[in-house]
Amino acid sequence: MATTTTTPAVGASEQSKTAKGPGREGNPAKAGWATRVALGVICFLWVVPTLGLFITSFRKENDANTTGWWTVFGNFGNFTTENYHEVLTNPNLDLAGAFVNSIAIALPATFIPLLIAAFASYAFAFMNFPGRDILFLTIVSLLVVPNYVSFVPILKFYGVVGLGGTFAGVWLAHIGFGMSLAIYILRNYMVTLPPSVIESAKVDGASHFQTFYRLVLPMSVPALASFAIFQFLWVWNDLFVALVFIGPGENAPMTVAIKNNLLSQQGAGWNLVTAGGFLSMIVPLLVFLSLQRFFVRGLTAGAVKG
Amino acid sequence: MFLKTSNAVITVVAGVGVAVAVYWILNKIAELLPGHWEDRIKPYLYILPAYAAITLYLIYPSILTFKYSFQDSTSTEWVGFDNFTKLLSSHEFQQTLINTLLWMIIVPIFTVAIGLAVAVLSDRLGPRGENVSKTLIFMPMAISMVGAATVWRFLYAYRPEGQEQIGLQNALVVLLGGKPVPWLQQDQFHLNSLLLMVMLLWAQIGFAMVLLSAAIKGVPVDTLEAARIDGAGERQIFFRVVVPQIKGTIITVFVTTLITVMKIFDIVYVMTNGNFNTNILGVEFYNQLFTNFNNGAAAAIVVMLMVAMIPIMIYQVRNFKAEEAA
Repeated sequence: MATTTTTPAVGASEQSKTAKGPGREGNPAKAGWATRVALGVICFLWVVPTLGLFITSFRKENDANTTGWWTVFGNFGNFTTENYHEVLTNPNLDLAGAFVNSIAIALPATFIPLLIAAFASYAFAFMNFPGRDILFLTIVSLLVVPNYVSFVPILKFYGVVGLGGTFAGVWLAHIGFGMSLAIYILRNYMVTLPPSVIESAKVDGASHFQTFYRLVLPMSVPALASFAIFQFLWVWNDLFVALVFIGPGENAPMTVAIKNNLLSQQGAGWNLVTAGGFLSMIVPLLVFLSLQRFFVRGLTAGAVKG
Repeated sequence: MFLKTSNAVITVVAGVGVAVAVYWILNKIAELLPGHWEDRIKPYLYILPAYAAITLYLIYPSILTFKYSFQDSTSTEWVGFDNFTKLLSSHEFQQTLINTLLWMIIVPIFTVAIGLAVAVLSDRLGPRGENVSKTLIFMPMAISMVGAATVWRFLYAYRPEGQEQIGLQNALVVLLGGKPVPWLQQDQFHLNSLLLMVMLLWAQIGFAMVLLSAAIKGVPVDTLEAARIDGAGERQIFFRVVVPQIKGTIITVFVTTLITVMKIFDIVYVMTNGNFNTNILGVEFYNQLFTNFNNGAAAAIVVMLMVAMIPIMIYQVRNFKAEEAA
């Protein structure tokens, strides 16, 4: 969104630091007990669902499916890692394979659009040409468009050329669907770079190509990282595109495999569903916790995608 | 397995390499042209591959979809407005529209309201408390809706009366002396749809909180001081001084959430597949396409959604222009 990309990116972790500054002195409203209790309750409500999932994923089959997970606090112990072993190796569930597929889908779908978008963003930010504004405004308006507007025609086309069910098919789809957001984020970042630097490069006789990859690209690393993280998580968490263009089977990513092998099947025990669910969250949670700052920036810019 | 991973890595390297090569060649071509032509053509060459991707995957397919929406289920014959009239006159589709509308109204309002409340509350904590509470509330944003579905299906799980409840919600109901309820099948007052919305709120509120919190911290301190000197209470300060100054961010969060809601698919698809009167446009689209094999109806659904999105699109473009001008 326009409003949010132009404001300085403030991650959850950064904010707490600034809170000690003028904000803290300026707003003498300190947390009373009511505030603390209210926030404590909210945080508790937010975490409990996931906590239940996490605990259940380590419980034995019979325990998990006959007693509530909160009963473990009464008699501790009796945990097992068997559920994880089962969902990863059981050929009917095969989440290990799905995990690899998710990586195989997400990496190219993240990195290939980056460079293509960076070039286009450079042109939008630093070159003057007729039609530039209208071409960029088209991209802004396309951010709102739901990507399934193109599913029917692309599916037909994939049927003809044999791209259905292949990794290449989803890669291309994610490149296409992610492109407008990538250009939007990168271009909006590039226009904030100091114009004097670009000008002096021009004066020194650098071509556009040189200015781009020697100067603008290295200076745009924060924006590139934001988009990369956002796009990686978006592709990793995506169900719709994967379901339509890959579907269940040997190339299915985590989301599709969990939906089809664990959630649809009657009889998959909660011990397995929870283990599978938690496995699908590990990568995004790690990315989120370690790169929170970049993630927030990409997110605020790209929340409209889909 | 190793093969797939290495293929992915090779694709990344090759893809990036090819992209560089393509740009290098395009750049060379431009340089071969006489001086003033080079400068004229170069920008278009730079945006060409990106625009090709957008055109092939969004613009051209959108036009085709528009065409399909006036054709039959296999896109072979023109049927006029049949797809639209058939859909709009069916009771089930009307329910789907009502549900989608409920999502569009309820979710953005609650996202903004709760997000604002959490932002204000956590702003008063010490730095560590603020950081921890924000991270906890923000975390669900990172996980997939399929992952969230494993969490929430378990929470809403139902066992017949007499058996021990393993779903938290029913366990609480039983503890308070009630009877267990199959929550996701309760469509009176759209209860089950509301329970699905809770999932999206759980995932979205952290995002609203982060944006709103940043805006609140940006409110100039002297305006607060002035209000305080004039004897305003904390509540008055919040509604009369803080809220007007962060109005822009509030609208942004609202619109962003609205767009997310209009596109929503996975929550409903995974939790109920649109059964028990929880259907929404995204899921109906999928089922028309893959269960009924009806391209025409599926396309018509997207076209309706697109029409509903036009005002938002115009708003976005205007907003962007205003930002650029500022």
